[in-house]
Amino acid sequence: MTTSAGIAPSPLRSQPLRGNRLPAWSFFAVAVAVFAVTAGAFAVTKLSGTVDYFVLAVAAYVVIQSAVAWAVEGRRHAKDRFATLLVGVAFLVALVPLVGIVGYTIHRGLTRFDVTFLTHSMRNVAEQDPNGGAYHAIIGTVEQVAIATIIAVPFGVFVAIYLVEYSRGKFGQLVSFIVDVMTGLPSIVAGLFIYALWILDLHQGYSGLAGSLALVILMLPTIVRTSEEMLKLVPDSLREGSYALGVPKWRTIVRVVLPTALPGVVTGVMLAIARVFGETAPVLLVIGTSASINYNPFSGSQGSLPVFIYNEAQQANATAITRAWAGALTLIAIVMLLNIVARFIARFARVRG
Amino acid sequence: MDDDERRDTIGTGHVAPRRSASSLAVGRSSRGDVIFRQLARGSGILLLLIIIAIAAFLVSKAVPAIAKDKSNFLTFTGWDPDGNPPKFGIAPLAAGTLITSALALIMGVPVAVGVALFISHYAPRRMAQLLGAMVDLLAAVPSIVYGLFGLIYLVPAMAKFQGLLHKYFGFIPIFSSTGFYTKSLLVAGVVLAIMILPIVAAISREVFLQTPREHVEAALALGATKWEVMRTAVIPYGRPGIISATVLGFGRALGETIAVALVLPITFKVTLKILDIQGNSIAAEIAVYYGDAGKVGRGALIAAGLVLFAMTLLVNLIARAIVARRRDFRAAAA
Repeated sequence: MTTSAGIAPSPLRSQPLRGNRLPAWSFFAVAVAVFAVTAGAFAVTKLSGTVDYFVLAVAAYVVIQSAVAWAVEGRRHAKDRFATLLVGVAFLVALVPLVGIVGYTIHRGLTRFDVTFLTHSMRNVAEQDPNGGAYHAIIGTVEQVAIATIIAVPFGVFVAIYLVEYSRGKFGQLVSFIVDVMTGLPSIVAGLFIYALWILDLHQGYSGLAGSLALVILMLPTIVRTSEEMLKLVPDSLREGSYALGVPKWRTIVRVVLPTALPGVVTGVMLAIARVFGETAPVLLVIGTSASINYNPFSGSQGSLPVFIYNEAQQANATAITRAWAGALTLIAIVMLLNIVARFIARFARVRG
Repeated sequence: MDDDERRDTIGTGHVAPRRSASSLAVGRSSRGDVIFRQLARGSGILLLLIIIAIAAFLVSKAVPAIAKDKSNFLTFTGWDPDGNPPKFGIAPLAAGTLITSALALIMGVPVAVGVALFISHYAPRRMAQLLGAMVDLLAAVPSIVYGLFGLIYLVPAMAKFQGLLHKYFGFIPIFSSTGFYTKSLLVAGVVLAIMILPIVAAISREVFLQTPREHVEAALALGATKWEVMRTAVIPYGRPGIISATVLGFGRALGETIAVALVLPITFKVTLKILDIQGNSIAAEIAVYYGDAGKVGRGALIAAGLVLFAMTLLVNLIARAIVARRRDFRAAAA
């Protein structure tokens, strides 16, 4: 630019190639200023509350920072700054309640998250008693989910095998469509179905098994979908190699295809287990109510951890509410653990091609 | 969608040869093959039978109950199926279900899209992966925990906010109020918004990440700012994905039971006044009332469940149709 300008003054000279930009420190400066002024306003006027402060301060920052950008950088860049700020705020707005729920549950749950809670039932414990625990409920949920898993896993994997290895044409499409419909089935409807069929029509009593049956309906679509995706990823060269050695198709599936896809299938199963572990609505309708330990899922009412939380949460006494939080903490811990383990398996044991 | 077509698009090349390989194997099927094949096919048939049984059982229990209803099932605002004469209507339940779910979308979707943009295009790459995994993990928090949080924390915490809404926007009819702020349609909407956020954000994020590089680079080459890239390249490309994510979130909100049951006052008035202590939903009513229900009462609840099933089925079919139109999003939305 300098050389050409030396020869003949260019009309472009007055217009620089880049417009004015805000220096990095200015964002920090504006933020500090806005938060300080807002704090001042809260001290002087009758505004109060931590949440109110942050909401107002962040909103003011977004507006003022955009206005500053408009003044210095022009309209287009101001819009860009505004959008960036909004996207960042959206992320914060989402993160606060999501992390808040987990944090608040840990905070409230730790009060009663003790040995008594994990080893005692609610038998002969009144609402206002400080003791009592969720042992009967944990046993119930573990047994119900275990039975559901035993039924749903072979069933679901076979459906996936059918969809990937055998299905041709219309019926395969129909089954695939049914899996989609099941994915969207509200959990309470699954409970209602088992209630209508198992309890009202077949006259079976309330039991853990009835809860398991409702959970099977909810687990199936997840297991079918993830297994299907994993089986599709198994390279055909493996199948062809097996066929070339004269191995029948079913043995190829059992000995070659399934083992290759196994880590992915296991991940899907664990995510399905994690999902139904916290299901309240379907179990609520069919397991009955029990405050005592019932190890037998095939007869008599059984407890369930989510239902335990639901019942305790509706009591008026603080002791019951505290038990509900301890139950919620137990539930979150188990579900998160299942999820994290599932994701680790998925990450470190991908299907190898 | 055509089955064959789908195979070819998903397997990226190495699927096509399998067909010839499997037809080779078919020629020499042993008894084991036949049994295995029937097992696989039988599982598919059983799955089909389960769905048919669900629909058939709900209809067979619902129809007699509706026949006994001495009021109009579609319009009556009350629930006394075991009374004499039995009277119950779906209107307040369906209205509450739709209003709370709509509120959840209005509040949840813009935030979720913002989160998806942040994770896919604004955050540094390594941080983005971590944040994405975190949002996915939070989607796994059971609904009962959201319900507990809503009941114990949010209901009292939102009283002030609801009061402010009434004070400054009370001239709009939906914000008119009796002056008491506790469980309400708005609180249920907020709880649902938080619950559908992770799933809507996850699907939108996947779609935004699939934006072709050329589109983004072309926009940048023309001197677009980051926001202009989003507005002209990323968001238009992802629009069908956002829509299907929204519809899926709506379906989830419609069927949510326990969280809603804990933060709705369970009353039978059809109202748009979202701050009032009014409101109910189909799923919540089933969970709350089933214990007290007599013979007709059970049938009435099953009829309500059938309506819910039909609503979610419709919503999911719409989502499926949108997804099918843009094949690329199939994996993301599954």
